[in-house]
Amino acid sequence: MVLQSLSISRTEFETATGWQLKPEGACHGEICVPLPQSVSADIANGIVDVSAVAERLGMPIVHDAEMGLWALGPASLSGRALATAVAPELELPDINGNMFQLSSLRGKKVVIVSWAPY
Amino acid sequence: MWQAFRNEVHTRGLEIVTVGMDTLGAESCRPFIEAANAEHPSLIDVNHVMAERFGVINIPNGIWIDEEGIIVRPAEPAPVPGGKTPPPSAPPVGLPQRMADIMTEASKIVTDRESYSAALYDWIENGSKSKFALSPDEVIARSGNRDTSTAEASAHFSLAQYLWNAGHRDAAIKHFRETHRLQPDNFSYKRQAWSLMAPPEAGPFARFIQGPMEGQESDWPFEGDWVTDVRAMGAENYYPAFKE
Repeated sequence: MVLQSLSISRTEFETATGWQLKPEGACHGEICVPLPQSVSADIANGIVDVSAVAERLGMPIVHDAEMGLWALGPASLSGRALATAVAPELELPDINGNMFQLSSLRGKKVVIVSWAPY
Repeated sequence: MWQAFRNEVHTRGLEIVTVGMDTLGAESCRPFIEAANAEHPSLIDVNHVMAERFGVINIPNGIWIDEEGIIVRPAEPAPVPGGKTPPPSAPPVGLPQRMADIMTEASKIVTDRESYSAALYDWIENGSKSKFALSPDEVIARSGNRDTSTAEASAHFSLAQYLWNAGHRDAAIKHFRETHRLQPDNFSYKRQAWSLMAPPEAGPFARFIQGPMEGQESDWPFEGDWVTDVRAMGAENYYPAFKE
């Protein structure tokens, strides 16, 4: 995820990473990683200190100073691409720009097929 | 491509979701999606979110998720059930050398369509009782490595695709190179960057060349290219074998 600032809204963080920010910490599936109290207090006000949360989840932050941009990488705390077998939310557009949420298919078996025109 | 299989199985409780992973976005995927007459969700992923969230490192690739939203098979090669693998054939005479080399290597790539199809039908029939539906621990274990470098590779990829689409070609290439250095086994990150080097006027087919054309080798901004990398790994290892 590309960021213009290291202080973003809670919704923005959750949509971009698939991790939920709850009073008990940063959560995904059965995993909840506690956050420092000051970070949680900011989150309660809707603001996420990206560096602080990223550090706890093992998410790298890469800075391109020339372009004035940061990018947040995925969590590496478990050492595996999936930290849990609980499917993360996936929200992507179709070719007409309409957003689709994977969770809307709960109750069905789903095969996600990735492909590319190259 | 997956539409025919979807027609056959969707009344049995299975949905297909295709994700076109392409930094160039909807317009490069549109002709394929429209030609397939896809009735299933057909999504566009410019940032390779599939790599970050699910560990997708090559394509085509499938992930199985059960009715409760639990992943029962993580990212793995996914040949279309009922599809056809073209028989190996020698490249036509007179083709540019790089194209001939691509075809020669591609013909050695192995996919186990039969095993994958059989497993998929077994899961549709038997659900969690299918031996192909893996335990959560096995799903996590098979989901691929995610160390600090791998996670950092994804962050560089995010910047690369963003800068590419903003018209900053050189800055984008710098981050693509970092992506490849940090996660050399992510082949879709490589194919994506290589494919972007094809000039738009050369048409969509040129995106498959993924390497310098003859006489332009010194302009190629990457360490590897498709033919060189596939030869180095051995085309027969391009896709990991299907594992029960």
